[in-house]
Amino acid sequence: MIGYVGRFYFGEIIRLEEDMAVIQVYEDTSGLKVGEIVSSTEGPLMIELGPGLLSSIFDGIQRPLPELKEKYGDFIIRGVSATPLSKTKKWKFVPTVKKGDYVKGGDIIGTVMETEVFEHKIMVPPEQSGDIVRISEGEFTVDSVVAVLSGDIEIKLMQRWPARLARPYQEKLDPEVPLITGQRIFDTFFPIPKGGAAIIPGGFGTGKTVTEQTLAKWCDADVIVYVGCGERGNEMTEVLSEFPKLIDPKSGAPLMDRTVLVVNTSNMPVAAREASIYTGITIAEYYRDMGYDVALMADSTSRWGEALREVSGRLEEMPGEEGYPAYLATRLAKFYERTGRVICLGSDEKIGSVTAIGAVSPPGGDFSEPMTQNSLRITGAFWALDTSLAHRRHFPAINWIKSYSLYLGQIQGWFAENLYSDFDDIRKKAMSLLQKESELQEIVQLVGPDALPEGEKAILETTQMLREDFLQQFAFHEIDSFCPLEKQYWMLKTILAFYNSTTEALGRGVGLHQILNLPFKNEISRMKEVPHDKAVEEIKKLIDRIHQEIAGVEVL
Amino acid sequence: MAKRKFSLIQKDYQTINYVSGPLVFVENVKGVSYGEMVDIISTNSHKKRGQVLESSEKLAVVQVFEGTEGIDVDRTKVRFTEEVAKIDVSADLLGRILSGAGEPIDGGPKILPEERLEIIGSPINPYARQEPSDFIQTGISSIDGLNTLVRGQKLPIFSGSGLPANELTAQIIRQARVKSGEEFAIVFGAMGITHREAAFFTKDFERTGALDRVVFFLNLADDPTIERIITPRCALTVAEFLAFKYDMQVLVVLTDMTNYCEALREISTAREEVPGRRGYPGYMYTDLSMLYERAGRIKGKKGSITQLMILTMPDDDITHPIPDLTGYITEGQIVLSRHLHRRGVYPPIDVLPCLSRLMNMGIGEGKTREDHRNVADQLYAAYAQGRDLRRLVSIIGEEALAERDRIYLKFADDFEQIYISQGAHNRDIEETFGISWELLSMLPVEDLKRIKKEYIDKYQIKKSES
Repeated sequence: MIGYVGRFYFGEIIRLEEDMAVIQVYEDTSGLKVGEIVSSTEGPLMIELGPGLLSSIFDGIQRPLPELKEKYGDFIIRGVSATPLSKTKKWKFVPTVKKGDYVKGGDIIGTVMETEVFEHKIMVPPEQSGDIVRISEGEFTVDSVVAVLSGDIEIKLMQRWPARLARPYQEKLDPEVPLITGQRIFDTFFPIPKGGAAIIPGGFGTGKTVTEQTLAKWCDADVIVYVGCGERGNEMTEVLSEFPKLIDPKSGAPLMDRTVLVVNTSNMPVAAREASIYTGITIAEYYRDMGYDVALMADSTSRWGEALREVSGRLEEMPGEEGYPAYLATRLAKFYERTGRVICLGSDEKIGSVTAIGAVSPPGGDFSEPMTQNSLRITGAFWALDTSLAHRRHFPAINWIKSYSLYLGQIQGWFAENLYSDFDDIRKKAMSLLQKESELQEIVQLVGPDALPEGEKAILETTQMLREDFLQQFAFHEIDSFCPLEKQYWMLKTILAFYNSTTEALGRGVGLHQILNLPFKNEISRMKEVPHDKAVEEIKKLIDRIHQEIAGVEVL
Repeated sequence: MAKRKFSLIQKDYQTINYVSGPLVFVENVKGVSYGEMVDIISTNSHKKRGQVLESSEKLAVVQVFEGTEGIDVDRTKVRFTEEVAKIDVSADLLGRILSGAGEPIDGGPKILPEERLEIIGSPINPYARQEPSDFIQTGISSIDGLNTLVRGQKLPIFSGSGLPANELTAQIIRQARVKSGEEFAIVFGAMGITHREAAFFTKDFERTGALDRVVFFLNLADDPTIERIITPRCALTVAEFLAFKYDMQVLVVLTDMTNYCEALREISTAREEVPGRRGYPGYMYTDLSMLYERAGRIKGKKGSITQLMILTMPDDDITHPIPDLTGYITEGQIVLSRHLHRRGVYPPIDVLPCLSRLMNMGIGEGKTREDHRNVADQLYAAYAQGRDLRRLVSIIGEEALAERDRIYLKFADDFEQIYISQGAHNRDIEETFGISWELLSMLPVEDLKRIKKEYIDKYQIKKSES
């Protein structure tokens, strides 16, 4: 239930006890007096869903920030309001059904071009059905009626949905199509599928936000919902100034056109921060229902957990671990279970998905804390950020030993079918070398690298290449910021070719230093910078060269 | 203090029920609002200020800024002022020294207020924010070259007790310039610092003639703890006024945030709240962010607020809640190292855990130099490698190292001695780049993987020439 407190404070009832209600207020409460009048809106927190969401920027309770700036100035003062979707803008509605057709919840009755390239599908709200009595083409505002169903059910371009309630679907499917991110560490080693859920935990300065933003830029979803939950204001400015300039490789339109921003920076009211996650996922589900693939970035879920903790503390509830409420795990599970690849409502069996990638900010970078642990239990991929990697400027600072993806088995088939059948083999091979390296490093720490046999030194040389020339990827490089899957495959293949040829040569009795002096090493480290259109061809040539040159080394 | 002209009816209560630490509980109050300011008048008509923390139908909880000593239950009067905490602001504040609560304490004339502003402030609409992108030259290589500060950023200095954070801050204040050469107005919020530290800063400002452009808020170590809660808020309110009303470039220095957080904990404990980590309240993240997020720039405004906070890491522990939560809010951090300090390196900045998140926006062609990012990455990578090798050397000895490893070891030493250790000297950015390339020329060219080939060709110092 939602209501107004005093003249203009907006809040939500979070507890009812006999004749008393506890209200969490979405604004700063300074100046609030005992005896203020409280009025109820008699409905839960509702989200407006319709054309105009894309490229918008909202706060945690879906107030549009640009309108607030226009109406009230540069600062968000108390008690301001504005409607989420513009009620004056007109959209061109093109019906896809005709009079007399029977439609039910989730069915598409027409379309609106929301941006130049994005087709927004107007659906019958869930739980409603009937024969079309009247439907008209033309220019409409979001709250004007475009169709009427039998039983006088009016359908508008916009629908409203309670934020805390998951939108219904027909059936959940196995997620088996990978979400391509263009980031080598994710796509190759720890992929997630469309409809999956991943968390990125890491101490401060390890690159959570850069990673979230990189994924928002390059992943191949149709719609991105970016929730900036309790984070920095200046970071959102970065998104706002950068996204309109970047071009989505899939559609050719600016990235901002496929993005919805929900922003509740850390200094904005805590209660609204708690709501922001739900606002975000409701919008994501709405686009999923049209049959689109949606990716939700939540930066950072820890701030949401802390908001829960703060409210719970004020309610004087019995605290659980580290002061978090005992229901933290339940709430988290409820949120992450709203992700998934589903058959949407409606008779045409559209398939849509919501993928969630949540950043986690564990205090002191210690992953044993409740937010990280509870999130781990319910998500399928764990991308562990590592402070020591970040300190040496190895970015993305994802620790390849600690991270995992439970989805590998499910999406393996897709890789074999759509790419190369040995993709999984080379991934495993590379991973085992990296594992081996971490063991060898312990020995090196004790006795120095010279004490190792040649074969193991060759492993260290290879893994150094893997780390520096494959895993490291500079998020702001003009070419390397996005790496196509095929190029990833060939890059990895090159490094393994080096390893195989080297081991073979060492078997012949060649010294490792002879191989390391060969000139192609530099070429391997410059593979990243080769433009994508020429990459595969050039890298294949490089592999041949590596084979030849190493084979040509004579035993001294 | 002058009577507020709008308090037509004064409500005085003599119903103090009990006093606990910094809190006073007043009974049978009516119409008291949350966050309202309170005057507490004790028998010797000495006046203290306080703020309502909690109000219910019958009871108001008031935190008293000047300590609760001398308050008695029977005769002390409590007067509710009907307004939330506010401060008088004026451009004349520049050059003045004020108490932690914003009253002049330098014996100068009264301040004629231009405006009276709520100190709590409102969050800047994220949509109204302007991206910080102007390079600030601090004249310190390890900041300018590796962790560049930009206008509108908030960057803390994580220090330890006994480390020269004050000297470094004073040096930054002295040397900081934006490209246009404009000087910063400085709002200095001192919370719980000692007389000696306060004197260090005032003397330094006097000596360099900076005092005219400083607003000094001074809450000393022996001043009431609770006053520290409002000191940074007063400072930031003045800063916002100067930046967005008078188009000034404002540098806000807050020291020491550790003292602020301790005060926060004290109040939280007195209120018997559920404690979070190490007894600090669970809302400390939100509370700190309400201070730190007041840095920034606004679209269409010339002024800006850049924040520099000093905090002392208890026992040099960077995972302690205070530095930890701060690091999650601020846009990077500068970390001082006891190890470097002991070896006589000044400023003892340990660059590995340092970070400036906004660096990329303030550097590059047209701002600093095209090779800036690449050079910084390469220096980082090489220095990290050298540091790793030191650990190895302590076990197996330097003789056992390969030739190439020895170069990196030497690089790490030289990097600390030449690049980081610069003393009180003011280095401009070009000089920093010069030193960078000199150091990089020690390394084999094929190892410069982080630098684009064209930049190597352009800037590399050939060994034969040097």
